Amino acid sequence: MRKIWKATVAVAMSAFMAASLAACGSGSSSGGSAAPAQSETPSTGETGAAADAAAPAGDAAAPIKIGGSGPLTGPAAVYGNAVKIAAEMAVEEVNAKGGVQFALQFEDDKHDAEEAATAYGTLKDGGMQISLATVTSAPDAAVSPLYQEDQTFAITPSGSSPSVIYADGENQTGAYGNVFQMCFSDPNQGSGSATYIAAHPDLGTKIAVIYKNDDPYSKGIFDTFKAQAGTEGLEIVYEGTFKGEESDFNVQLADAQAAGADLLFLPIYYTPASQILTQANTMGYKPTIFGVDGMDGILGVEGFDTSLAEGVYLLTPFVANAEDDLTKTFVENYKARANGEVPNQFAADAYDCIYAMAQACEAAGITADMSNADICAAMVEQFTSMTFNGLTGENMTWNANGEVTKAPKAMIIENGEYVPAAE
Amino acid sequence: MENKKGILGYLLNNRHRSRTISYTMVAAAYILLEILLKTGNLSNLFTGLLVPATCYLVAAIGLNLNVGVSGELNLGQAGFMAVGAFSGVCVSGVLAGTVPPVLRLILAIIIGMLLTAFVGFLIGIPVLKLQGDYLAIVTLAFGQIVMNLIMNLYVAFDSTGIKFSFVESKFTLGEGGKYLINGPMGATGTERIANFTAGTILVIFALVVVYNLIYSRSGRAIMAARDNRIAAESIGINIAKTKMMAFVISAALAGAAGALYGLNYSTMVASKFDYNTSILILVYVVLGGLGNFNGTLIATVILFLLPQLLRGLQDYRMLIYAVVLILIMLITNNEFLRTKAASLRKKKA
Repeated sequence: MRKIWKATVAVAMSAFMAASLAACGSGSSSGGSAAPAQSETPSTGETGAAADAAAPAGDAAAPIKIGGSGPLTGPAAVYGNAVKIAAEMAVEEVNAKGGVQFALQFEDDKHDAEEAATAYGTLKDGGMQISLATVTSAPDAAVSPLYQEDQTFAITPSGSSPSVIYADGENQTGAYGNVFQMCFSDPNQGSGSATYIAAHPDLGTKIAVIYKNDDPYSKGIFDTFKAQAGTEGLEIVYEGTFKGEESDFNVQLADAQAAGADLLFLPIYYTPASQILTQANTMGYKPTIFGVDGMDGILGVEGFDTSLAEGVYLLTPFVANAEDDLTKTFVENYKARANGEVPNQFAADAYDCIYAMAQACEAAGITADMSNADICAAMVEQFTSMTFNGLTGENMTWNANGEVTKAPKAMIIENGEYVPAAE
Repeated sequence: MENKKGILGYLLNNRHRSRTISYTMVAAAYILLEILLKTGNLSNLFTGLLVPATCYLVAAIGLNLNVGVSGELNLGQAGFMAVGAFSGVCVSGVLAGTVPPVLRLILAIIIGMLLTAFVGFLIGIPVLKLQGDYLAIVTLAFGQIVMNLIMNLYVAFDSTGIKFSFVESKFTLGEGGKYLINGPMGATGTERIANFTAGTILVIFALVVVYNLIYSRSGRAIMAARDNRIAAESIGINIAKTKMMAFVISAALAGAAGALYGLNYSTMVASKFDYNTSILILVYVVLGGLGNFNGTLIATVILFLLPQLLRGLQDYRMLIYAVVLILIMLITNNEFLRTKAASLRKKKA
């Protein structure tokens, strides 16, 4: 009998744990940091998205339903949550203006293609009319054909791989036509970096690259950087690679130093970049460091001596401490929602996505009672013809393939702040 | 039970009862879901889950043969799925345009299955001759090695043929050439030709193979080798051979499941088939009951759907999923409930 009693207690305890955690959840979300998307909608409110999904026709004043998915759990959760918070914020602001009304439903996809496809089904069940697609590239490439099949307009904040908007990403052919990007595509970043370095020979002439060869983002940028470097006549003296969660870069750095490299190009995210900077400093190796948008965030790495990042160049569309009013308000409001966290470029891209959608919807006079295909056609027409000013750039335009054109800003870190570098 | 005559008696006698139940469950589920699908009463969420669910079912049935019936722990089922998935995608990509989709799907699954069986055979040769938990260690390593190899594999196809390399990531391709596997980006731009009917047929196929094996002479030998190695050897059973049979069939089913899975998504990265996926399939098998294929069917479906059904809980769904897993473990292992269930079964009989 004692065993039964023990088991009963265990079951009861775990049930209690689950219940109390769920209670915590609802408590904190009413505080505003991670509020469920549906509860913010002005008119549907408690009824949930599924109820009126079956019959979107009828009410022209109803909010237009925006779907989206991203990694809210798992190792890539920081990106998904940034997008979710920024998108919720933008939706609230757009709704408060009184014009076009949005309702957001954001699902977890764990940065996994299978989960993203499942999340797509959930969003469709929820009556999605326009979409933020997904936050990360690989899952996005899996759902883009679904968006095309169903003719639902999608613009991804940060799915930067060409395979997001092209059926054949490698050759960049077979554009889906209704899937757009808010961020730079990876190839643009690579060639943009090479062009900038070629125009500024004072940064260094012998280039070493360390990239993560199991990451499509890093490898995609490196491939185009190398190609563009070839046309620009740049000299790449060393190519080093790493994989997974590696944190020891002494071998690569020693090889780069031995090859006489005076410029280190790092098309990687900021966590390994911070380790590279620390280890290069320990070795007494001081090349010019050049990064891309993944480098954004290096000043916020815990335990990293930020003085080592002095003089680091990076190519990024968004700078959190820029002085313009738009960025200032955005950063302030975001911090208030995200427990003081400084927004990264994923958040800024998502914020721009919602505002671009609002601009397009207003211009095309889109209402919630239109069919997805009609909305899609109108949105594509707007996006390919309009100019949009946002956090991540001015005078952005999109071509028919869904690629954005905006000027990448080269920044240099001075006294712990981003400062625009020489054009 | 044994006294009953006729077809019903045959189907329900002890030897055939479990397989009758299995086939009935799968057929009933298929008919029900197809009706819902055709009448448009199935939500988009569930429609998208049908094919992956059948993939996991097939992989779990295969794993149960290896872990439950043969008694060897296998921690690399996802690795075998990866082999089947990426070879299936390549086959489909090469034949695209010349072979109709249905035939292409069948060919992809068959080739994926055969290739995986061969890989399983190669691994089994040294390992299955050993005693102890060596298969667990080797399959664990195998899963990781396969994943890393595919991450560095580039396969492209054009009019001149197939090109593949572990070193060169850029091929000069002729007109209409395309990448089938693109290193860390995995398989991209795959034509989605998998469907629920094919998945269900594959599940039935897996069940037929497994049931016919375990009730055959070879199946008895496999179980004898599991229960008492020395006794089995003394009556002339070749232990390595019987274990190899279970292991290779298990791998082949995983390969077939992988091929179907790969052709259901337009993108697939190798990191999907990591250690976690192997463990996930093992959890389906263990919670369903070792050697119990009806249990595998039910546990796989429930545990596969659970995280999706919990989507309403927003941020807490993976936490609740873990708690539910622990609860299921506690409940199914509860002595009180087990004796109750056993006495109920006796009364019925």
